[in-house]
Amino acid sequence: MSAPSYVESLKTKCYDTSVANKGGIRLSIMGKVSINIALISYLAASLEYFVFLAYRKPIVQTLAGFTVALGLVFHTMTIGIRSSQTGHGPYTTSFEVALFLAWMIVVIYFLTEWKYKIKDLGSFVIPLVFLILLYSMFLSKDSVSPVTQTDARFWLTLHRSLSVIGYAAFALAFGAGIMYLIQEKQVKSKKLGIMYFRMPSLEALDNLNDKVIGVGFPLFTLGFLTGSIWSEKAHQAFFSWNIEKTWPLMAVWLIYGVMFFGRMLVGLRGKKAAQGSIIGFVSIMFTYFLHI
Amino acid sequence: MAEPNLVMVGVNHKTTPVEIRERLAFTRGKIEDSIEKLNGFPEIVENIIISTCNRVEIYARVTEIEKGIHLLKWFICDYHGLSLEELDRHFYCYRNQQTIEHLFRVSSSLDSMVLGESQILGQVKDAYHLARTLRSTGVLLNQLFEKAFNVAKKVREETGIAESAVSISSAAVELARKIFEDLADRTIMLVGTGEMAELAAKHLISYGIKTVYVVSRTYERAAGLAKTLNGCALAFDQFEQELYRADIVISSTASPKFIMGREMVEKAIHKRKNKPMFLIDIAVPRDIEPEVNNLENVYLYDIDDLQTVVSANLRERHKEAEQALRIVQSEVFKFESWIESLDAVPTIVELRNRAEEIRKKEVQKVLGKLGHLSEEDKNAIHYLTMSIINKILHKPTVNLKEKTQAQDGHVYLKAIRHLFHLDDK
Repeated sequence: MSAPSYVESLKTKCYDTSVANKGGIRLSIMGKVSINIALISYLAASLEYFVFLAYRKPIVQTLAGFTVALGLVFHTMTIGIRSSQTGHGPYTTSFEVALFLAWMIVVIYFLTEWKYKIKDLGSFVIPLVFLILLYSMFLSKDSVSPVTQTDARFWLTLHRSLSVIGYAAFALAFGAGIMYLIQEKQVKSKKLGIMYFRMPSLEALDNLNDKVIGVGFPLFTLGFLTGSIWSEKAHQAFFSWNIEKTWPLMAVWLIYGVMFFGRMLVGLRGKKAAQGSIIGFVSIMFTYFLHI
Repeated sequence: MAEPNLVMVGVNHKTTPVEIRERLAFTRGKIEDSIEKLNGFPEIVENIIISTCNRVEIYARVTEIEKGIHLLKWFICDYHGLSLEELDRHFYCYRNQQTIEHLFRVSSSLDSMVLGESQILGQVKDAYHLARTLRSTGVLLNQLFEKAFNVAKKVREETGIAESAVSISSAAVELARKIFEDLADRTIMLVGTGEMAELAAKHLISYGIKTVYVVSRTYERAAGLAKTLNGCALAFDQFEQELYRADIVISSTASPKFIMGREMVEKAIHKRKNKPMFLIDIAVPRDIEPEVNNLENVYLYDIDDLQTVVSANLRERHKEAEQALRIVQSEVFKFESWIESLDAVPTIVELRNRAEEIRKKEVQKVLGKLGHLSEEDKNAIHYLTMSIINKILHKPTVNLKEKTQAQDGHVYLKAIRHLFHLDDK
């Protein structure tokens, strides 16, 4: 690599350009149709959740739940179509990663809904899913074949999957964090607005933050480590100390690390945890844009 | 039942001062006696008496509206030995549709002194059940009251009218439940043994709080209250070091100075590893330094703060009441069409018209073929067919009129309309 541009360096790192399909693979018609249905479903679900937030008709909440589920079905189909086209999982191009991340957020959202039943979490998470998916559609859908060595490919799959689960968990913590701050501000300032009645208790939101970061951080860490291994396999460099690429990732890791261990050791909870998960997620966005 | 002749006469907290209301109130024994008496009036077909501390109302189905209203007013006064002339201006009375709307509003607690309070529904239910056991209700009032309970439920479910707390102690509980997810495993500490603190504590304990500490400058007092609350008493000098155990603190001492400062609470919260604390200061002068609220994960509410919450909640309820009113109105409309459906007359008329139509058509057909008949013979055929129709329809007509007065009368009407295809022509 003779001092390529940052983006170039990334591409060469990710893919073996010698076998790259120069023409690229565009999403098939079926894929385009299904991604659009998913996108519209998420938009509709976001609006339904807002309506529920404002007018609290239980039927609207149920409807929103079904709309998200519909979105998830088509979203999954899109990923399936894409993978059958490229012959590998959705983790090589930035388009695929965004597609995969949005999908994982919905999956984790459903898991938390089922387990903790936090009312109104959908209003704060599903719009995010919509935005990520919308954004992904503006990204290049070209795919170049991934690394051919099988062991490197194994580490790449592991790295991207673990990281995406971690990011998705952090996205949930982000949504819960915003809710926490809104609710906390009302209770603290003694101005109990309409949201006060609508939203769950501070403790429930803090517990959710605890749970998702408790799962997300170890997975994210593993993703980080497997990424290094993959990098070594693919390029014979254990850790490519590309300063631009690595420091934001380190920062993200540190933020969540402080929250993960802080809660265990010094009782870092409540408002600070909520703020941390918002700052953390904004940093992730920032890192993601640097990656592209 | 063309005109339901439904009336209501009453007084409530808005129209009548308490001095008069208490003289017009019916206690339970009096209600039983009064209903028996009302049953004796031929003008009154059905009746129910509701008597609470805020209202006295009689709902009735009467034979003649204005007469019925006057009779009920007179009865309420006469029964209590008061003169109607003097009290007439206090009464409000409603007719037919107004009565329906009024009852729906009352049972949904839209007419209550404290908007959205839940007691009134129970009181209306009790009144209804008592009247039913005394057999003073019939198809109309039964259906009306059952519907009123449904409307109340719908209002409660679809609006936030009963959601927010409108008393100091319930506002405290509500806040506690927005800070903590589950109150069951919480620890509450009472500092001072004021009556209001005790009330708030009891309210919280009813949500399952198990651990209760009571602190007072006089240990005996603390021990006494601890006993009633099933908690344990602490000596006053212990309280600072035990403060960290408390998730919720209710302070109500008579101390002229602050007894909890920022430093003390800061220490406690640190010892708790930042687990949130909810401090309720209902003492005047205050016990807890206001500065404490600036500590993270500490939420301090004094008596004025709670009062502000209560008034804000009341305003919120008024907003919700508008939506509730729309629900009530649409239900009134539905109930009116139900009443209309009870009316047997139009169905009977249609049934007869239909029969007559068929008869004419068939007779014309036959007469056309039998040209040789004399006028007399033709008339005889007309007569015969008419009398067959009349004989066949006589019993159903009588029965229908009778059955529609019963609880499930509309079912008969529906069946008839369906069997004879009266709705699709």
